Amino acid sequence: MSKQYFALPRLSLRFFPIWRRHWLVWKKIAAPSILGHLADPVIYMLGLGYGLGSLLPEMGGMSYMAFLAAGTVCYSTMNSASFEALYSGFARMHEQRTWEAILNTPVSLDDVVLSEILWAATKSLMSGAAVLAVIWILGLSHSLMSLWMIPLALLIGLAFAALGLIMTALAPAYDFFMYYFTLVITPMMLLCGVFFPVTQLPQALQVVAGVLPLTHAVDLARPLMSGVVPPQAMLHIGVLLAYALVSFYVSLVLFRRRLSR
Amino acid sequence: MNAVIKATGLQKSYGGNRVVDGLDLAIHKGECFGLLGPNGAGKTTTLRMLLGLIAPDAGKAMLLDLPVPQAAREARIRVGVVPQMDNLDPDFTVAENLLVYGRYFGMHDSEIEARIPDLLEFASLTSKRDAKVPTLSGGMKRRLTLARALVNDPDVIFLDEPTTGLDPQARHLIWQRLRELTSQGKTLLLTTHFMDEAERLCHRLAVMDNGKLISQGSPRELIESNIEPQVVEVFGETSGQWANEHAAKFAQRFEVSGESVFCYVQDAQALVAHLHAQSELRYLHRPANLEDVFLKLTGREMRE
Repeated sequence: MSKQYFALPRLSLRFFPIWRRHWLVWKKIAAPSILGHLADPVIYMLGLGYGLGSLLPEMGGMSYMAFLAAGTVCYSTMNSASFEALYSGFARMHEQRTWEAILNTPVSLDDVVLSEILWAATKSLMSGAAVLAVIWILGLSHSLMSLWMIPLALLIGLAFAALGLIMTALAPAYDFFMYYFTLVITPMMLLCGVFFPVTQLPQALQVVAGVLPLTHAVDLARPLMSGVVPPQAMLHIGVLLAYALVSFYVSLVLFRRRLSR
Repeated sequence: MNAVIKATGLQKSYGGNRVVDGLDLAIHKGECFGLLGPNGAGKTTTLRMLLGLIAPDAGKAMLLDLPVPQAAREARIRVGVVPQMDNLDPDFTVAENLLVYGRYFGMHDSEIEARIPDLLEFASLTSKRDAKVPTLSGGMKRRLTLARALVNDPDVIFLDEPTTGLDPQARHLIWQRLRELTSQGKTLLLTTHFMDEAERLCHRLAVMDNGKLISQGSPRELIESNIEPQVVEVFGETSGQWANEHAAKFAQRFEVSGESVFCYVQDAQALVAHLHAQSELRYLHRPANLEDVFLKLTGREMRE
């Protein structure tokens, strides 16, 4: 691979007009989009919460519904960023050639990739805030500290957007994304403490869960939702930031290679 | 005259395959320059290097006196691009496409809004201002793409096969607009494989094949320097046999292609008189054109 692919990202504010483009598109489909952000996670949360909740008196020192609420915010933010970075990102890069149009202007690929990540993280923010609103309305969290979930949703969004863009950079077609969702996203949902504590897993799987980004997101979210300062908060934030930064760089190198043909 | 676009010894390979091979080019201000060549000749790769979108393996490219790709961003502030395939935003209306695109150049919304009526007028899309892109015809989409390329009032416009896939009416309207742009003093670099398009629009042309420029000049110069002035096309089942027996007597050069024979001659009188007497053959006598030059230079074989 050529050396110029490995140059460090050169960031500028020129990503902002692209972000505004995505925002304008989103505004046109806001209603179904908000419904999509809400319906799936809330149905899961309420279905499992009421159904299993009646069998399980408590989990991790709280009601099962409250336990699930924190996990639900995390996995719904993970999902929105991932879908945006993979499917919508691929559509803009490949199908609609939106990137090609933008790259003919005084905007660089670095700006385009940054705007994709920030936009997917914006979707996470919206999805996290929507689920959080339902949680507040249902009275599942009373702590003011749960407001910290909003910046956390953005951070989770950045990590999963950047991670997802690596797949987008490698994808020959949409079908390719099935590997990522089946082999990465779904296992994370089950291993990372969304539905039950990680400590219930066999030791080996606990080790695996320990390096996955969603585990660190959940470890921050659950204490915040119940008004407790998360233990080892800096470690978890650091891991999520590292996922975001390293994946951004890797995806950028891969996009540079892909689009230089 | 100083060159607005200049390439020296430009070279690019993909996977050991040399797509552009030592290309020298100088395009002057106010000129409409056509880059011709069969599919795979390296035209699009050349455009991408001149725009600074990809780095050449060797050689130098200058765009508006700035080295590219090093200063590509600065150079592209004054450049418009009409790509080969439409990449308009399908979610937006005609006017929104222009607004959003102008922002990429760092223009303020008020500045873009002020330009939109003129751009729509130029593209004959005033009545379509609020129409969504998927409802536009192919010709309208191309015109909108052209208007979008003008949003920043560029000095140089790159057009990659601007009329491919359009019907004759739509093509003529595009040609008319491109002529208006050159008369405003803008510099145009276009690729095409329509010879009539090149002949009508371009002040100067370069024919490219296998990554190299093989001939360059005005349409008339290319014809005069590469080919005999008259062409007689002979058709019919027996044309091949006729060519074997007679063609060399009348024509300086001839080519057989299927059931047609192309005779290239300085003076067609004798040949036409002879053909007139051959009842089983049909013929067409016409002046040589750019297509004849193109086929002579790049051959008749398919390139796929």
